[in-house]
Amino acid sequence: MTQPTELPRWMDVALLPAVNLAIALLVAGGVVMLVGFEPGQVLALLVKGAFGSRSGLSYTLYYATTFVFTGLAVAVAFHGGLFNIGGEGQAMMGGLGAGLVALALGPHLPAWLVLPLVVLGAALAGMVWGAIPGALQAWRGSHTVITTIMFNFIAAALLSYLLVNPLREPGNMSPETALFADSARVPRVHEALAWLGIEWPSSPLNLSVLLAAAAVLCTWLALWKTRGGYALRAVGFAPDAAQYAGIRPRWLILASMAASGALAGLVGVNEIAGVHGRVLFDFVAGAGFAGIAVSLIGRNHPLGIVLAALLFGALYQGGSEISFEVPGFSRDTVFMLQGLIVLFSGAMAQVAAPALLRLWRAAGGGRSTQAKAGP
Amino acid sequence: MDELMVGSIIASTLRVSVPLILCALAGVLCERSGVIDLGLEGKMLATAFATAAVGVFTGSLSLALLAALAVGLALSMLHGYACVSQRGDHVVLGMAITMTAAGMTVVLGIAWFAQGGHTPPVPAGVRLDPWFTGAGDRVAQLPGVGKVLSLALFGHNAMVYLTLGLVAGVWWLLYRTRFGLRLRATGENPAMVDAAGVSVKALRYQALALNGLLASLAGSYLVLAQNPSFIPNMTAGRGYMALAAMIFGKWRPVGALWACLLFGFLDAVGIRLQGVALPEALGGGAVPVQAIQALPYVLTVVLLAGFIGKAVAPRALGRPYVKER
Amino acid sequence: MATAPAVAMRHIEKRFGAVHANRDVALTVAAGTVHGIVGENGAGKSTLMSILYGFYEADSGQIDIEGKPAFIKGSAQAIALGIGMVHQHFMLVDTLSALDNVMLGAEPGWRLTPARAKVRQQLQALMQSTGLQVRLDALVQDLPVGERQRLEILKALYRGARILILDEPTAVLTPQETEQLFVTLRGLRERGTTILLITHKLKEIMALCDFVTVMRAGQVVLDTAIAETSLDGLAQAMVGRRVNLGREPDGRQGPQPGRLLMSASGLWATDSLGVPRLQDVSLALRAGEIVGIAGVSGNGQSELLDVLSGLLAPDRGELQVGDRRFTPTQWLTPDQARALRVAHVPEDRHRRGLVLPFGAWESAVLGYQDRPRYNIRGWMRQAHMHQDTADMMARYDVRPRNPALRSSKFSGGNQQKLVLAREAAPLPQVLLVGQPTRGVDIGAIEFIHGRLRAMRDAGGAILLVSSELDEILALADRVVVMNAGRVAGELAIEACSEQALGRLMGGAQ
Repeated sequence: MTQPTELPRWMDVALLPAVNLAIALLVAGGVVMLVGFEPGQVLALLVKGAFGSRSGLSYTLYYATTFVFTGLAVAVAFHGGLFNIGGEGQAMMGGLGAGLVALALGPHLPAWLVLPLVVLGAALAGMVWGAIPGALQAWRGSHTVITTIMFNFIAAALLSYLLVNPLREPGNMSPETALFADSARVPRVHEALAWLGIEWPSSPLNLSVLLAAAAVLCTWLALWKTRGGYALRAVGFAPDAAQYAGIRPRWLILASMAASGALAGLVGVNEIAGVHGRVLFDFVAGAGFAGIAVSLIGRNHPLGIVLAALLFGALYQGGSEISFEVPGFSRDTVFMLQGLIVLFSGAMAQVAAPALLRLWRAAGGGRSTQAKAGP
Repeated sequence: MDELMVGSIIASTLRVSVPLILCALAGVLCERSGVIDLGLEGKMLATAFATAAVGVFTGSLSLALLAALAVGLALSMLHGYACVSQRGDHVVLGMAITMTAAGMTVVLGIAWFAQGGHTPPVPAGVRLDPWFTGAGDRVAQLPGVGKVLSLALFGHNAMVYLTLGLVAGVWWLLYRTRFGLRLRATGENPAMVDAAGVSVKALRYQALALNGLLASLAGSYLVLAQNPSFIPNMTAGRGYMALAAMIFGKWRPVGALWACLLFGFLDAVGIRLQGVALPEALGGGAVPVQAIQALPYVLTVVLLAGFIGKAVAPRALGRPYVKER
Repeated sequence: MATAPAVAMRHIEKRFGAVHANRDVALTVAAGTVHGIVGENGAGKSTLMSILYGFYEADSGQIDIEGKPAFIKGSAQAIALGIGMVHQHFMLVDTLSALDNVMLGAEPGWRLTPARAKVRQQLQALMQSTGLQVRLDALVQDLPVGERQRLEILKALYRGARILILDEPTAVLTPQETEQLFVTLRGLRERGTTILLITHKLKEIMALCDFVTVMRAGQVVLDTAIAETSLDGLAQAMVGRRVNLGREPDGRQGPQPGRLLMSASGLWATDSLGVPRLQDVSLALRAGEIVGIAGVSGNGQSELLDVLSGLLAPDRGELQVGDRRFTPTQWLTPDQARALRVAHVPEDRHRRGLVLPFGAWESAVLGYQDRPRYNIRGWMRQAHMHQDTADMMARYDVRPRNPALRSSKFSGGNQQKLVLAREAAPLPQVLLVGQPTRGVDIGAIEFIHGRLRAMRDAGGAILLVSSELDEILALADRVVVMNAGRVAGELAIEACSEQALGRLMGGAQ
């Protein structure tokens, strides 16, 4: 009665998340129906918009790239037992960092030198923005949940100030910087493919997608193959055991929040150096929060995050397409679905578990292996 | 400084602080019972929408208000079900409510009003009228501070006065009633409350119900007194600012009031302070408005880091209560 | 006419799974007396009292309160019947005043100010008549431990307790506070309150109680008036006649206790409430011996293990390991301990010994993750980890033999064997072991005991902390008894008699 329902592994990893996702889709579908659309039609259009054309697919991947970064950020912090809700702010700072490097060095250096530095700038800026709450948690005990939320707002204020005043392009009415030099812009995939002789429709998808893949690989390696990852996971799962093992939690907490911030900061590479080519204000547009949803349904595992990011990318792109084709439909349906996913796959993730277990037992499952519970 | 300006600054501080105060009070009640509330932003948004939508459809203030209260209560009951009954994660639930509300309000808004998520303005009959204008005029005749007082304190709409009254009310509830005593104990040591024969679950649900009602008032205020239309994301982070104020006020109603007034003051004078020259000692130049906008958040971080005193959360905050058997 | 006994429990049976906590227990407590319930850990006394207080329900048996049959299904009913319990771990809210703590749940009215006034009046009268003094307006966090305990008693009395159960009340008190408590309890007895005192401190029983019931292994073994028994009698009953008691030193292979491997002197430690947990404890461990730390749980054994393994720094004292000396300002850390070849099998294998969500292959290097064998420039050497885990599993017969299986999926005995295998693998010089066979099946117990003996024979020193006296007696070469944070005494294994051990464990010396 007091123990959480112990589900067999396959149910825990695959069935329950699928059920939760299905419930979220059902509820969203219900709302969609309520406002007068055909959920089936909407879903079909969504899938077609996301995957049905090369252009749509490219857009899906472009969105997914950003979500991979913010999703990994949340996951890395989570493995250390911390909540990083500051993805928005860290991504903003990442964009700023990328932009500053791009503006300063772009005109003077060739692309192969500038671009790595741009990536570095984005990562460092995000890292700092994550490290401060991390340090405050490790040394002062300030809860990352609140501090990272506060830092989101502080980042917004900082970015706003910089874009309105010192960094604003002279003569420009909008708060944005000048365009970067070409060498400081991440090449688009369709440009790269053209260079290889392959024709591909134009889209915002840029080579940051490769960076995202690299980030997934590095995160996976770091968490499961390195001593740091081992120690971090121990601290996150069992702080007493970590202390027993001689692991010092403070530096680990700082490192994990710093890494988390750096990952979120890479959004700046995709959006600022990849797509917009200048620093502007609202380029993150909720990706930090989407990252929370992505990490939740991806079960905080890099592979799951890739799949979840693709799902969300598809939702964003599909939603965008539908809003062009179906009057009255807007992207906010996707935001709503996002929230419902966080609700059913996150906050209420275990609600369906007892029912599922009962159904399975009634269907005759689990006779031979009873879950072992140590005394 | 011009006395009219003083008066009007106080007046705008009060008006701007109202939604903050109401949300902070909602947060105090909820968190003191041990449940984290990161969904204030979403509750405020959803109830603002409900007010606007029903206000436009029916033209009735009472129905609009009732709708807001119903929506707020429903969201808080969802909060209770997920976190108290099902022992789900409080932080994640708060994010879920906020994200869902942000999306759903616009979806419904577009469907019902076809104005890109905005609602039409609610009719004037739904909006709140100023109160005490007669008294205000009489006070203005008084010598000395009369004009300032009149401008500052009189002629506000009903909810301003209600909010101030609610601060006293929540204070009284927390510290002068049996319910408040039990609620405070539940956030510190729920096992003790359980052993004393009081239901922890029931107390938390009751706290959440009050939380929902107060958040509804905050949301409805936005439409009834500030902007007559619902605009997507019109809460603009105030739910989080209220959370910051609650922490700054150390989870106490009166402390939260002062923190909200401070943050409201910063908001009210922000525009005015822009362009005011900084002393040479700080490098000259002018105070950027963004610095003032960021100030409440920076102050909260500084407080949480323990650099200006300590903010100790209720000990059992965020931890689902499980009967030890 | 004879008054009905305050409490009459008959044929009480209670099982928790395979554990038979109470077997056909009978308890009769005369009204207006102080009745002691004595026993070691696991004797069943806590379970019995929990049944009386409504925390558990007995599987079968009857309970009469003040002559009338009672069905106690929860604490609310127990309170209604006049039963009050003062727990070992206080149920108080630190940030509220003493008055509010007493009142909570039984407030006379929904408005606090008049309610407080009423309660204050009642409490002042109560404090007057019982002699219990508590500062009603102080916040609990500002009250010393003794006063908090008085507050708990006051709380119970305020709710009309006529039968007061106190669970190990003097565990956290200074000698002066203990005296004060006795005065209070005697006063309460004069007023007609019936008092049940759960304790393992024999001296206190003799000093305070009118009657005593001794329990062992779930059964009542002695039930008598104090006047008709003695300290030794109680000690004997508590420890019981054991086979293998005071065995001759077995013919060990290997050297007799050899060189000094670890020595601690003058260890003092207090906990966060200011209660002293270790008082001037000194200990020496030599090669080729098993030192058993006996004593009822909670007398400082856990803190001793934490201090010696580097998990806790004491307030005062010194530790010498090999040729390194440690003082409180620069105390031993767990990784230093391992480097000095001191291994530790923790008491709580679930929270400390293993990371339950890790696979066995990852838990098997916990504490050793920085060793070159497992870690090369920051990369974990998974092949070695898997291989060594398989080796450990083979050597210690851990089943199932699957290094990839999650640590949480192994049974208690196999988890313990895995932890022991891990700690024994680097051939430590000193092994600190806490509760090695708690929750472990019989076959695994024998195996583990065999391994420990083998380590001793190979020249290692083992410090064995166990609440199972049988285990200590089976393994130890010498037995150190701890009581109230002090070393109560030390006995060579051949000198261990029921009396001697019982007296030391009961705090009699």
